[in-house]
Amino acid sequence: MNKPLTYGLLLSILMVIAPHADHLPLWVSSLCAGLLVWRAYLAYSGHPLPQRWLLLLLTLASTGVLLISFRTMFGREVGVTLLMLLAALKLMELRAARDAVALIHLSCFIIITNFLYSQSIPTALYLLATLLVIVTTWVHLQAPNITLKPRLRIAAVLLLQAVPLMLILFVLFPRIQGPLWGLPQNAYGTSGLDDKMSPGSMSGLVLSEAVALRVSFTSSPPLREQMYWRGPVLWDFDGRVWTKGQPVRSKAMQLDNLERPLDYVVTLEPHNKTWLFALEMPTQLSIPSGLTDDFQLQQKDSVTARLRYNAHSQLTYRANAEETPQQLQRALRIPADLNPRAQQLAAEWRERLLSDDEVIREALAHFTRENFYYTLEPPLLGLHTVDDFMFNTRSGFCEHYASSFVFLMRAAGIPARVVAGYQGAEYNDYGNYYIVRQSDAHAWAEVWLHERGWVRVDPTAAISPTRVQSGLSAALPDNIALPFMARNPPQWLRDLRLNWDALANQWNQWVLGYDAERQFAFLTRLGMESISAMKMALSMLGGTALMIGLFMLYMLRRMAARNTDVTQQLYLKFCRKLARAGVTRDAHEGAQDFAQRAMRALPRHTDSIRNITAQYLALRYSPAGDGQKAARDSRINALRHAVSAFKI
Amino acid sequence: MLTALQQKFRTWLFRPKIESGTVTLTQRRIFILPTRQGLMLVCVLVLMMLGNINYNLSLGYVLTFLLTMMAVISMLHAFRNLAHLEIYAGHAHPVFRGETAHFLLYFNNQSQSPRYQLGLVKTGESFWSTAPATLKIDVPARQVIEVAFPLPTTQRGWLQAGRLTLATEFPLGLFYAWSYLHFDTRCLVYPKPMSDVPLPLDNSPDGVGKRSVAGDDDFAGLRKYVAGDALPHIAWKAYAREQGLQVKQFSTPLGEEVWLDFFAVSDRNEEDKLARMTRWVLDAEAQGLRYALRLPDGELSAANGITHRNECLRRIALFNLPAPRTEFPSARK
Repeated sequence: MNKPLTYGLLLSILMVIAPHADHLPLWVSSLCAGLLVWRAYLAYSGHPLPQRWLLLLLTLASTGVLLISFRTMFGREVGVTLLMLLAALKLMELRAARDAVALIHLSCFIIITNFLYSQSIPTALYLLATLLVIVTTWVHLQAPNITLKPRLRIAAVLLLQAVPLMLILFVLFPRIQGPLWGLPQNAYGTSGLDDKMSPGSMSGLVLSEAVALRVSFTSSPPLREQMYWRGPVLWDFDGRVWTKGQPVRSKAMQLDNLERPLDYVVTLEPHNKTWLFALEMPTQLSIPSGLTDDFQLQQKDSVTARLRYNAHSQLTYRANAEETPQQLQRALRIPADLNPRAQQLAAEWRERLLSDDEVIREALAHFTRENFYYTLEPPLLGLHTVDDFMFNTRSGFCEHYASSFVFLMRAAGIPARVVAGYQGAEYNDYGNYYIVRQSDAHAWAEVWLHERGWVRVDPTAAISPTRVQSGLSAALPDNIALPFMARNPPQWLRDLRLNWDALANQWNQWVLGYDAERQFAFLTRLGMESISAMKMALSMLGGTALMIGLFMLYMLRRMAARNTDVTQQLYLKFCRKLARAGVTRDAHEGAQDFAQRAMRALPRHTDSIRNITAQYLALRYSPAGDGQKAARDSRINALRHAVSAFKI
Repeated sequence: MLTALQQKFRTWLFRPKIESGTVTLTQRRIFILPTRQGLMLVCVLVLMMLGNINYNLSLGYVLTFLLTMMAVISMLHAFRNLAHLEIYAGHAHPVFRGETAHFLLYFNNQSQSPRYQLGLVKTGESFWSTAPATLKIDVPARQVIEVAFPLPTTQRGWLQAGRLTLATEFPLGLFYAWSYLHFDTRCLVYPKPMSDVPLPLDNSPDGVGKRSVAGDDDFAGLRKYVAGDALPHIAWKAYAREQGLQVKQFSTPLGEEVWLDFFAVSDRNEEDKLARMTRWVLDAEAQGLRYALRLPDGELSAANGITHRNECLRRIALFNLPAPRTEFPSARK
């Protein structure tokens, strides 16, 4: 095993393992790094590789520790980790060409495992570069005497020539809806709304600039302050935490007085929860899902992969004008012994004011009147969270307002509940769609009013109208520690980010989201009729065979074209012209003899025949010096001109 | 039955025939099969595909398809590595039995792409064997290179180069492309000269050890050195002028005249007799004697010089051997 080849293999393995480093257990990352460094040192110093028994021991020990720490033998994480370990250990027993081949195959396979964690454009580019390194090493294994540059060129040519064929396969290979085995596992490294809400839970989330969903409207988009992306509905309050609670017998969901319909397509990033997001109130969805009786869109399984659906919503609605007593009872329940001052305030309002409407108005007015303060970093609250917030700290984020407002309503005898979701969206001009980020996470309230059903009330809008109109960064004072991009970045940076997101969106839609459905739609658009898996497979095979045939022809032509040089070709062309005039050159006949015969046969063309023959002979039998290439080329051009001008 | 059919099919497919002149490796002459490594890659690709379907990895599909198609493209490259290569056989210098015969082959690469890692082995031997018989050849673009294909010699007479396999697994080792070369080139193998045997100087036709006129040495010119030439005859001055090893030739031979007679050899074994005679020829030539050769199938009158020496050795080498036969007489076009 020569040194450069060992370095090539080391680099390949390093490049495929490196992206895994941030989610592998620390000891595995360190062990792999240690092995790589050790191997590089051995290659550099020329020391012999470790004994087999030592490697076996190391393999058994690390596998044992792995199984103990993961407590399982199956599953994605343990499999990937094991693969990393084996690859690093395999490097240590790199003895024969066979080992190198195994390592190359292994590194190709490990590339795939990277896609379990990220399939973004940068990942794709990085792994393409990795693939180039692997293929270069591969070529090196076959031809140890080629230097790096031509080797790299050969590898690049191989990959580039494979690209068009790969595209044919990618488009036409019939997609099978997975999974084949096991349950889909949670998407890696996601953030999102929880089905619990406590003081501080939202303000933690809004620091993330990650995309939650992307929306493109097929009808005209609503105003920003109307964009309430409804998520989980929270009923139960234990004094600190809001949870979904246990459902009770209730009327099925029922919407009427619908107006202002909207159609749009949502691409939801995986968040490992079952609910889906749609504008209030959704009425139809293109994928199997249920609308619960509190108007939550829910799927049977968690959203573990990017999900696309068409949705239809009505911005004006009347939701469940009739409710069962149990349900209303549930919407009034509060812990009796907590927050006495708030309960007292609510009772006072109830006594003083006549209608529910007035109580709601009073509550909202209370927030604006009493100098409440909208902030991302509210002070900590004591046992009586609502009391503390209402009468002491008076500064909080949306969850504080929603929580207190619902508490007050319930204390005042108005059924109310908390709704979590996202509010607002950023328009991306470059892709004509809206981006909803985690920083748009929001919580608001719903109250049930007689005859009017569940009505949305957003207390945050009362305190900080800019929050719903312009977004978070506008609503917060400048000294709050927001991520740089959530603040007011310069215009060019914002444009760059939107451009990038538009690109990522296309990538998500067309490359990553290319599933059976997309494939069907795309092929129909291409004009393919009555698409079946069989037909796709056949056209795929036909397409690749055609492509390969074309490549082959091209290659052979290139190879064969070199068999006769330009001078010879021109002379043969001249001979063909003469043959058409009836003077055919015999195989044994020299150029000069032939010229004599041709001049006798065609006396009118004596001069040009003599001329062309002389030029040809001069070119053919004079040595082609290196320095005279230009002069030679110009003589070839003269010959070409003479031959084309030669007419009988 | 099946094996017979298989054999027939092979004979038809590979159409072995002995050729002379220039052979161009056209499409019809190149065969391709996947290697074990190639089949292994197929297994890896199938595994990758299962992972893609199970985890719905779009980029996984991209990678798998890219690798698959790269493997297919590598087949074309393996094919191209041989396609339109021109090969012709050169001379093979005679050697003594036990030495290695070198068959000269010329590879003419007229294309603009270099040919890498062509392996040349005797057909039937493993391409990847570490035996010295495996030659690895690179032919740069637009160049002709000379390759000496070594074959061990085990018996005197004509040694046929036989059928050679020119193969390549370049660029990825996934496909094995090969072609057969069977040139009508042959190498004359002299018997291995016996060591330490005196010349039969008493066999001189006109008396015992009679010297011919030790007259003036008429210098007649130089010729190329051949193994076995006497050191005193080497033109060292010419060598000093960097003209290579040359040997001075003389029109009037020096020294004695001697009969190298097959019937006078005492060895029982025919091969031993020939080995002894080979030694005699070399020694006689080296000592500048005029020597005549007598074999049961003819005589060569006394002479001296490289031509005479070679003719004598040739007669000895080919003595009592059947006429050279071709290996595939029926398939000859």
